[in-house]
Amino acid sequence: MERYYQEEIECASYETIRAIQSEKLVKQVRHVWDNVPYYRKKMEEKGVTPDDIKSVDDLHKLPFLSKNDLRVAYPYGLLGKDLKDCVRIQSTSGTTGKRVVAFYTQHDIDLWEDCCARAITAAGGTNEDVCQVSYGYGLFTGGPGLNGGSHKVGCLTVPTSSGNTDRQIMFIMDLQATILCCTPSYAAYLGERMKELGLGPDDIPLKAGIFGAEAWSEEMRHDIEKTLGIKAYDIYGLTELSGPGVAFECSAQQGMHINEDHFIAEIIDPDTLEVLPEGSEGELVFTAVDKEAFPMIRYRTRDICTLTREKCSCGRTHVRMGKPKGRSDDMLIIRGVNVFPSQIETVLLNNGYAANYQIIVDRVNNTDTLDVQVEMTPEMFTDNVGEIADRQRVLVDGLKSMLGLKAKVSLVAPKSIARSEGKAVRVIDKRKI
Amino acid sequence: MSLKQISVFLVNKPGTLKNMTGVLAANKVDMRAISLAETKEFGIARIIVDNVIEAVDILKEADFVTSVNSVLAVEVPDEPGGLNNLLEIFAAEDVNIEYMYSFIIGRENASAGMIFRVGDTSSAEPKLTARGLKVLSQEDIAEL
Repeated sequence: MERYYQEEIECASYETIRAIQSEKLVKQVRHVWDNVPYYRKKMEEKGVTPDDIKSVDDLHKLPFLSKNDLRVAYPYGLLGKDLKDCVRIQSTSGTTGKRVVAFYTQHDIDLWEDCCARAITAAGGTNEDVCQVSYGYGLFTGGPGLNGGSHKVGCLTVPTSSGNTDRQIMFIMDLQATILCCTPSYAAYLGERMKELGLGPDDIPLKAGIFGAEAWSEEMRHDIEKTLGIKAYDIYGLTELSGPGVAFECSAQQGMHINEDHFIAEIIDPDTLEVLPEGSEGELVFTAVDKEAFPMIRYRTRDICTLTREKCSCGRTHVRMGKPKGRSDDMLIIRGVNVFPSQIETVLLNNGYAANYQIIVDRVNNTDTLDVQVEMTPEMFTDNVGEIADRQRVLVDGLKSMLGLKAKVSLVAPKSIARSEGKAVRVIDKRKI
Repeated sequence: MSLKQISVFLVNKPGTLKNMTGVLAANKVDMRAISLAETKEFGIARIIVDNVIEAVDILKEADFVTSVNSVLAVEVPDEPGGLNNLLEIFAAEDVNIEYMYSFIIGRENASAGMIFRVGDTSSAEPKLTARGLKVLSQEDIAEL
């Protein structure tokens, strides 16, 4: 028996959803026009006014927002509400312009948590479940989002946050946790550790897992499901739009249902910016029609995927997105953290090194590894092994504070980094996802 | 009259050291001493040559990263306690040794020498010579 958190809306007819979207969009565009001068200017430049937006069919007339807009408008330029009406911020990692700081009113938190509650319910969660949230809590959206969703469903919520694997396992076993929320790589790691401790799938009380914030393959899903004896569900989201729960998987595991009453999805050609017909592969663009404090309109996610409206066996009618197949920019997602090669370059330059580097990303034992190879320079080199190690450590610390991620720094011979047509290959991603 | 040592960055792969000696050999650079320091990921070759400026240029030309610094070269009497007596003077003068390696002085009637890397070469050298130690200069090395 499929369960729904908000059946009326999750299983509404296409016409009903379109009507809801149109009504909310018209209102949202007016709200943004009145309250966000940054976006109003963009609309004026395009010659669009709120009067031009009468339904979802007019969405394509509106200008796009991108990560660059967030950088330019940082921190308050895209705020749609007075700060006194805001109750929370969440943020992505990164210490420079790449950092996203998103604002929430209580209404925004509620709708975000509703989305997460839909995901937990779709994974079979009820108020009889014990839901362990092993996503990081804090600025990262993973922990707070699923925590709120778990409360709404009425699960007994175990807010372990990330890390301390043996304690995680102790809580799963002692409190008989039935649902686990974390990144897929951490789920795989937990599974390995439990296996080492002699716990087989039948010993582990978990029945479902909600895993997101990074890319994972069907093979990885299969492995996790087998090791933990659970059904593993994918969840999608981004801080700009609220966090996890923008889209989630149902029992059919055939793509993620986008919470369309809150987020209107479009697929565009990243080069021409034209909207593509349903079923085409392209860049995913979202309009958050309900959010007050941080009302993103036509936000370019840079994720490449396809959408489908084919009937889903779970009964939900909301459009489904496939797993993102890649990015239309150079962003990497490593252990759930967004990483841009330019951030790594900044750390090198800040420390007085030339930007001769290569980033090697791999997945070892289901955990992403980041190896930054730096060409040795006369500035970095001395006859003293200890001093070089110290300088290496300064780079590791610099990367850690810039990315919020531990990276390995390897020193390689000058001119040894492959250059194709004179341009160095900056990223080698060996992960098979 | 301290001596210049060239350090060369070597990645940890078979043949890297040979590539360096190959470049030096092709350019007829005479090496007087060599020592290798290794870490998990890379090595440092420390060499003493007859013509430092020329050798550095040659290595740079071949894309090696180098660093030049001062070291002290001291003759060690070839007898029991020879090195110990020497180190007693270093200790008495509070000169800290970071690393050292040996080399051979002269071709006929050769004697033993030791290269010392100390914290502060310029202040250490007069202290040691005042104690009667003979510290070899760049010219001494070139003439060997």
